[in-house]
Parts: sequence; C-alpha cells; structure tokens
Amino acid sequence: MGFKAIGSRLESASVIQMNTFSDSAVTAFSLLTQLDPMLAGIVARSLGVSACATLLACVTGLLLGGWLAVSRFVGRGAVLALLNTALALPSVVVGLAVYLLLSRSGPLGFLGWLFSFKAMVLAQSVLVLPVVTALVRQTIEDADRSHGEQLQSLGAGRLARSLLLLWDERYALLTVLIAAFGRAISEVGAVMVVGGNIDGFTRVMTTSIALETSKGDLPLALALGIVLLLVVLTLNILIALVRRWRERHDDTAPDFDPVTAAKAAAA
Amino acid sequence: MKSVFDFQDVSVKFGKTYALRNCTLAVDAGERLALIGANGSGKSTLLRTLHGLLVPSSGRAVHDEQRRHAMLFQRPHMLRASVLNNVAIGLWLGGTGWKQAKVDAFAALERVGLADVVGRNAKALSAGQQQRVALARAWALKPQVLLLDEPTASLDPAAKREVEHLMAQCSDSCVTLVFSSHNLGQVKRLASRVIYLEQGAIVADLPVHDFFNGPIPAAAESFLKGNLA
Repeated sequence: MGFKAIGSRLESASVIQMNTFSDSAVTAFSLLTQLDPMLAGIVARSLGVSACATLLACVTGLLLGGWLAVSRFVGRGAVLALLNTALALPSVVVGLAVYLLLSRSGPLGFLGWLFSFKAMVLAQSVLVLPVVTALVRQTIEDADRSHGEQLQSLGAGRLARSLLLLWDERYALLTVLIAAFGRAISEVGAVMVVGGNIDGFTRVMTTSIALETSKGDLPLALALGIVLLLVVLTLNILIALVRRWRERHDDTAPDFDPVTAAKAAAA
Repeated sequence: MKSVFDFQDVSVKFGKTYALRNCTLAVDAGERLALIGANGSGKSTLLRTLHGLLVPSSGRAVHDEQRRHAMLFQRPHMLRASVLNNVAIGLWLGGTGWKQAKVDAFAALERVGLADVVGRNAKALSAGQQQRVALARAWALKPQVLLLDEPTASLDPAAKREVEHLMAQCSDSCVTLVFSSHNLGQVKRLASRVIYLEQGAIVADLPVHDFFNGPIPAAAESFLKGNLA
C-alpha cells in the first residue's frame, strides 16, 4: 500500500474520530437535557455505590491512617511498604478476590451478596481503603512531625494526638475524600466482576461505558463518559464551595460572649 | 529542698550527632534560669529534655514529678479552632471536664488580655497574639515550672514587651522559669541565673550579675562580645 493510500485512510479515520467526538457531545447533551430515566437510574446507582464505598473506606481509613501516623512499632516500615504497594492494586484483581470471598463456596458465600449493590460497595471499599489510609497517614504524620510535640507537651497521648490532628487537618483531608471518591467512581474492573453489569440492578456508569464500547456504539459510550465526568466535576465544585465557606466562617466566627458561656457552663 | 530538675552527665544523641553532651545542672524552685548560646548550641534540646519530651541517651535525669510543667514554644501551633477552645483543649487533655475547662480557659485568656477575641479562629490572630494564647494555654494549667523556648523571637517590639511582661508576672507568682533567648537585655531583665551552651555542652553556669560582670570562660566572652557588637 502506497503512502497516499495510508494518508487518505488516516484522514478518513480522523474524520470518523472527529464525528465520534462531536456526536458524543451532542448525545451527552441530549441525554442530560432529556433526563432519560434509565440514565438517571445508572447515575444514581453509580453515585450510591461509590458514595457508600467512600464513606466506609474513609471511616476505616481515617482511623487506620491516623493511628499509623503516630504509632511506632517493629515492622512499621514493612506495613507502610505494603500499604503503598496496595495503592497500585488493579481493580480487576480486587474484584476477583471479592468474587472468591462472596461466591457460594467462598467464606462469605452465606451472605448471598454476589451480583448485588452490596458486593459492589464492598469491592470498591477494598479498592479505596489503601488510598485513604496512605494519604491520611502521610498528612497526619507530616502534621505530627511539625507540631505533634506541642500537643504531647499538653499531655496528649498517641490516640488523643492522632484524633486532634485529624480534626486539625480536616480541610486538607477533604482532598483525600475527593481522591477516594474519584478512584471509586471511575473504576470498572471490580464492579464488573462482582456486580455482573445486570441491567437495572447492578449496571453503573463505567460498566455501561464498557458495554456500549463492546457493542460498537462509541458515541453513546463517550457520551456516558462525559456525563460521568460532569457528575464528578459538580461534586468537586460542591466540596470546594463547602470548604471555602467553612474556612471563611472559621476566620470570621463571632466573638465569644462570656456571659452566655458562663450561663451555659453553669447550666 | 528538692530540686525541680537534677541532671547528671545527661547526653542526648540524634543518630550519631550529640545535641547535648554531659550536661550537669540542678534547678531549684523559684529560679529564673536563662539558656543562651548560638543557634544549634542545644538550648531547645535541653528545654525539651527538661520537659520530658526527649529521653536522654545517657546520664541521669531526675524531674520532680510533684510539680506541674508547661512549655511554650517559639512558634506555638494553634489548632483550627476558636481561641477559647485552643486553651480549653490543653486543660481537657490534663483531665479537666470540658465545661470547666472552658471557664478556666476564659480566665486565663482574660489574664493575658485576650478576653475580647476568645471566639475568633486562633489561626487568624497575629504572631504576638498567638504567643499570648499559647502563654494562656500554659498558664491555665497552673504550672509550677514554665519552660519557654525563645518566646519573643520573631515578635515585634510591642508584642515582645507584652510577652515579657507576662513572663515577669509568671515569675512573680513563684513559678520556676527556664527560658532560652538570644536577647541579652531580656536575659538581664528576667533571669536570676544564666547557662551558656556551646555545641551541646554547658560552658558557663553563673548568677546573672556574675555572668555579665565577672570573669567568664573565653567562649562565652566572645559570644557576649559578638552579641553586644
């Protein structure tokens, strides 16, 4: 095949791609404006699964990361190395491990969770937990190095120090929450394996995108991707606004009224 | 009378580096001890060891456990909370109930002249005000020994005067003061005794009058000349 022929093929391929992108943008726009009930269901399910998984992982990861940051024990280095390695866990491997746990012959088979919402939440929690723990550990350890000694001088033990630093770094930890949610909502392997992509039951945004791609409906797949990004963008904007509002509120809190405080203390 | 601190040949090592070398000192109740020396001479390490934040690598360090200690740091950390809560947290960590801690915290803040800003975010205060909040936090614990690590460094002259005035008030109420400083005028005004440190070792340990007027080791003499030049 001559260079001219290759050139014209590449040209036509790029035209097709351009068409795909423009078609996708139009499809995404119409999906959003028409408020398609099926799409709304998938988006709601995606948000539900990822929000539950992020919540579970954050509660566990904040405590675990906070404890790891201030504790010193033999083998801590090895634990941290394992934790950092877990950041690279492929989601499909997590899905497989959770699948084996939840399958009928597995240790948690009696729960009957496989191919359900709960199974997807569990898989995403396992996937996100190392991210939350590692980022929280690093944030709190840096804070402890910088001013943990001052809390210690006030009599704070390891547990009190860890909890106080978690509270003190709450705005920085909001970024961890966003990263965790982003990791959860964007993964496809784990939910595909343990959820099974059942229409109207366990189908979420990412598994829908994978399905439409395999069917060859690239504009719809890409449109769903755009919708997914818009949903995450909206959430990030909301969190940023809440953070800014809280920080401003903290700096301009009304002066304390000692009379009211004395009355409250007496009561 | 039992000493507040009794250190015999105390050394502190960070890795292979000595931060303190064979320090021997005893501090009696009511003393106002100033630690002076160049940067990296071991003043902060000695203060942290006296407070129990660092464990000596060798030697014998005896603290009078009956006496309550509090320490003020050069750059006090304010928690992202109100001024009142920043002081109350110190008391709460010491075992006081939260409601009582808030009442005591308010009294301590009144004493340092910050009663009108108790509801503000402590991080939004000026450096001088934050140092006063830290002093209130230490004061609220009703310490019998107050350790201060360069408490007026990086403060403007007015804030420096205010903090110094509060330190003098502390020492008047029979609190044992141990502070490090680069300000020799402050040392003359506040201290009753001076320890000069060099490379982690105590080179001179004299009453304040003797330190500034009498014969002192050559190293301390050149430090003084450098500071007064």
